[in-house]
Parts: sequence; structure tokens; C-alpha cells
Amino acid sequence: MSILINKNTRVMTQGITGKTGQFHTRMGKDYANGRNCYVAGVNPKKPGESFEGIPIFATVKEAKEKTGATVSVIYVPPPFAAAAIDEAVEADLDLVICITEGIPVRDMIRTKYRMQGRRTKLVGPNCPGVITPDEIKIGIMPGHIHKKGRIGVVSRSGTLTYEAVGQLMELGLGQSSCVGTGGDPVNGLKHIDVLKMFNDDPETDAVIMVGEIGGSDEETAAYWVKANMKKPVVGFIAGVTAPPGKRMGHAGAIISGGKGTAQEKLAVMEECGIKVTKNPAEMGKLLKSVLK
Amino acid sequence: MKIHEYQAKEILRRYEVATPRGIPCFSVDEAVKAACELGGKVWVVKAQIHAGGRGKGGGVKVAKSAEEVREWAGKILGMMLKTHQTGPEGQKVRRLLIEEGADIKKELYVGMVVDRGTQRVALMASSEGGMDIEEVAAHAPEKIHKVFIDPGTGLKDAEADGIAAKIGISAASVPQARTILKGLYKAFDETDSSLAEINPLILAGDGKVVALDAKINFDDNAAFRHPEWQQLRDLDEEDPAEVEASKYDLNYIQLDGDIGCLVNGAGLAMATMDIIKLYGGAPANFLDVGGGATAEKVTEAFKIMLRIAHLKAILVNIFGGIMKCDVIAAGVVAAAKQVSLRVPLVVRLEGTNVDLGKKILAESGLPIISGNNMADAAQKVVAAAEGGSKPAKGKR
Repeated sequence: MSILINKNTRVMTQGITGKTGQFHTRMGKDYANGRNCYVAGVNPKKPGESFEGIPIFATVKEAKEKTGATVSVIYVPPPFAAAAIDEAVEADLDLVICITEGIPVRDMIRTKYRMQGRRTKLVGPNCPGVITPDEIKIGIMPGHIHKKGRIGVVSRSGTLTYEAVGQLMELGLGQSSCVGTGGDPVNGLKHIDVLKMFNDDPETDAVIMVGEIGGSDEETAAYWVKANMKKPVVGFIAGVTAPPGKRMGHAGAIISGGKGTAQEKLAVMEECGIKVTKNPAEMGKLLKSVLK
Repeated sequence: MKIHEYQAKEILRRYEVATPRGIPCFSVDEAVKAACELGGKVWVVKAQIHAGGRGKGGGVKVAKSAEEVREWAGKILGMMLKTHQTGPEGQKVRRLLIEEGADIKKELYVGMVVDRGTQRVALMASSEGGMDIEEVAAHAPEKIHKVFIDPGTGLKDAEADGIAAKIGISAASVPQARTILKGLYKAFDETDSSLAEINPLILAGDGKVVALDAKINFDDNAAFRHPEWQQLRDLDEEDPAEVEASKYDLNYIQLDGDIGCLVNGAGLAMATMDIIKLYGGAPANFLDVGGGATAEKVTEAFKIMLRIAHLKAILVNIFGGIMKCDVIAAGVVAAAKQVSLRVPLVVRLEGTNVDLGKKILAESGLPIISGNNMADAAQKVVAAAEGGSKPAKGKR
């Protein structure tokens, strides 16, 4: 098992005709069971065409009906990306993974508002995506650094997730699934949502939670872990050295009004029984130390 | 993106937010002329810089005659204004706002930001407005009242009235406050703001509610639909290194340490700064070259870092995903050949095409110190910055 996606997932690419969409759809198709998983693309202007054998449909709804795809990945440019999420939600997909970076917050506020009461889950935007190693890869992460195993990884950041995975691999530890929730302040699944899924996944033994300064997602997740999590969780928070008021690349990564500092997050996590490290080079070692 | 107070007020006036009358000025003569034009007996001379805390720093003065306007304008224009947001050297004042004086009975606070928890715009308000709002937020959070605005309906009359009453606006003045609060939300929403603040919002002696100060930041992600922001941008207020970096689409922030960092991805870039600090060094900058960096971008990034006079070493930390290690390696080699690399360079490569990348660096003949992993690279760069004489201090 795994969380969110596996080898039986059927996925469509929204924005399949753009350069980024094409590149990563090809990489996804070439990874593990990708050939069977990537079944459709969407572009309202190019229905009837195809990309490397993948049929293109005018709408998400049609792609779902014709191919049975229940998951979409979005590479649509920022001005149109929120509307692409809306379309996937309207079509009642199970899951939307939005890779697009740079969507205006105002658009995301409205999209999240429209998602209330709908069944569709959202990962991202501004995220690396989700991978279940040796089964399926949906997103921009390098597939070859992963292998199947029993560690869950959840992070807001892309390359820092790869770093965590790289350290696990050095120690011979594979991953059940890795989820990048994204660097934007208004987004889909948060750390807590992903931790709940890992807690329920019989093939995940322990979780690395990688956080960043800004907001309180990590604190919320930590309190939930204290009360509910049956598996060990270890953590790291990036941005101990970040000065207040400066946006560190991710729109969400900003310390404002003295809130959302790394120190504060680390303290809450420790208080909730999560082992933390201040050294980003020791995430893997720390995880190994808590395995039974 | 940040804008000046006078620009924020111009925007807010379009949304029916009452402000004092005022005129922006670039010289002392203009300031005196503005005061005459405004008329009255009392004027306020306000330094226009992007940082907050101007009043405390001596950048806001009341003048009771044209001579006093001239005097204060002369003193404030060109001064290095130091506030808690400017850094120790301060920010040079190049613009002024001359405003009519106000009869302040009570100073209140209202602000709007995007709240991550509710995923909505939060209206925050307090009866304790003025210069110490940050203290209030930290020590008396119960004095900050909040409404999370429904994006479907916008700020409702009842919500605006409720907040107005809670911060001590008298019943007779509540309708004015409602207009201001609703206008502020509309402005926030329609201009793609990430922050909008009125501090203080004042209750004047005659019962009028007026925005005495205003601050608006824009959401950079929305720049594509706001060509008008180009006119509002003031490059003098931005760090020259950050302006230069933005031309090449590099995500760069100047810090005060002496170890330059070039990293791909914001999270890894922050973590790289953290680990340098952990091993006893100090990062000179945050730099995320992004996923689509080219050799040209890497070269420009090196040039920007090398302009830092006190720079002692550079660490390149790349975990290649989309970003291929060989592209970075080629960029590093090209940059080192173009610019004179006067400091030690430590490179750590991992991920896509790592072997090819390492080969390019090895064959370049450049004196590059290779880091085997993040910890090793960080320790080596800290040691190099310290002159290589003593080993880096390892702390956990």
C-alpha cells in the first residue's frame, strides 16, 4: 500500500501541450508503471490530438469519462492554473496535484472557497508532487533517487524533500510515499492531512516531516500527532536563520509579527513527542534512530 | 512588492477610505509650495520610505508655519532614517508627503492579511493603534479583534459594524468606519494585496474617522495582471543586489554574513543557510536559482555574490531534480572563468546527472573544493571562510 496514489492510479495531465507538461508527463510515463497510469491529457484547443500516444481531450470531464482517470496533474501557467483546479473539482476527480508555481493568492482563496463540500483533494500548488516509489510518480521529482520502502515523507519544499530522500537512501531506507504539500500560503493538503493518511497506511512505519518558517501548519500537525499518531515522526524546520519580514522564496515562508519562527515550531514539535534536528544533514539518521 | 504611504493612500481614496489631504514632494521648495496649496495652519512632514517605524525614527514632524515646513523638510529629505525595519545603516529619504494636520482624539489599528489557517483574508483591528501595535500583538493579543472574510460575500455590514464597535468607535461614527473597512477589503481584494494596514486609523475631534497612515504590499504572483505596478515601484527602496537578481529571475535576498550560497529550491536554500550557521558560519545571502537555471543565470548569480565586499567563501549546494547537475557544473565553470573568483568555492552536487557534473568540475582545473554531502560541504565552506587554518566548529 501507500497513500494517495499507487500503480493502479489513472492520471490525466492538464496542460499537456506546454513544454513543462510534456517533459514531466514523459518522465512520469517512463517511471515504473507510468505507461499504464498516464492515460489522458487536457487542452480545450487540441481535442482529438495526442501526445506520445496519450489522447488529448477538450475537458477534464470528458477525459475522466473516456479513460477512467480520477487524478489530474496540473502544469497550466499561473494565470489559468486556479481555473484548471476548479475544472478538476467540478468533474469530481479524487485528487488534483497542482505543480504550477506563482498562482496569485487571491485566485487560490476563491478556488479553496469553491472546493468547500466537494470530494476532490488538492495537493499544492507550487509543489513537487507525489511519488509512490517503484509504482507511480506524479510531479517533478527525480524518480531515480527513490526506492520502495516503509518511510513516509511529507514536506512543503521540493529539493529539501529530495535531500531527505537522499539521506534515507544512504541508510538503505526506502519510502512508502513522498508528498510535497507546496510553498504557498493557501493550498490543499497540509502536514496534518498527510500524517493522518500515513498513520492509516499499514505499509508506512515512520514519517519524516519537513517544515518551513511561516504559518502554523507544523504546530497543528504536531498537536494531532501527540494525540493520535501511532507511528514515530521526526522533523526538521528550515529557516532558523531567516530574518523576519523577508519572503524566502516560498510565499508562505515568511516570519510575520514574530509568529511562525523555526524555534517556535521546533519547540512545539518536541513538546508533542516529535524528535527534531536543527541539522538538515541529519534528517535520515534521526529517522533511523526511532525505528524499532 | 511594497509601495509608499502616499501611493497606498491614493489607492485607498479610490475605495472611499477617508484620508487627510496631502501632496507628495521631492524637494524642500516643493514641500513649502505644497503646504501653501493645502492651506490651514498645521501640516505634517512625513518621510516616505518603505520601512515602518518612521515616526519613532524621527521621520514624521508637525509644522505650524511655512518656515517650519521648510525647516523639517530640509532636515528629513536626504537623512538616513533608521527604524527597526531598515537595518542599522538606515534608509535614505528621497520623498516626502506633506499633509494637512489632524485633530487626533483616538488612535486605532486596522489591517488585513491572508490567514493560512482559515485560507481567507483576515481583518484585524484594535483599539490600541499607533506606534506600538506590534507590542500589543505580542503581549495583549486579546486586544486584537479578527474577522475572517467570506470570499463569496466580502466583508458584511454587520461584521464591519461589530469590529468598529469593539475597537471603541462611537455609534455616530460607525457608518463611516463601515465605509472604510469595506473599502479597505475591496481595495485589498481588487489590487491583489498581500497586506493592507491603516495604523493609525483615527477618530478625530469632530467625530470623523480618517486613515492617518496607510501601508499596502502587493502579491508578487499577481504582477502579470497589474502593469500599473511598474509606475509604483521605487527601485531606490530596494536592495541593489536584489534588483539586479530579479532581472535574471533569481530569487535573492541579501543578508549580513560572509558566506555566499547558491542553491536550487527555496526550502533547501533556507536549510543551507541554517547548516552554515550551525557549523559556526554566517550566510551572506539567500539564493534560489530555481528549477530552470541556465549557465547564464549561474554566472550572474556569481557576479552578484562577488560584489559583496566582505565575502569570504561561496557554497554551491545543488540537489538536481529538473535542474541537472551538469548544467550547474557548466555554469559554475563558465562563471569562474568570466569573473575573478577571489574566494574559496565549495561545491556539493547530488541528484540528476551528478557524475557528469562532478566530471566537468574535476576537468575544469579550477580550485574547487568538493563537498560529499550537505554536512561535509557546510563544514568545508565554514573552514574556508575562516581561512582554512582551523577546523569548523561542529555543533548539533
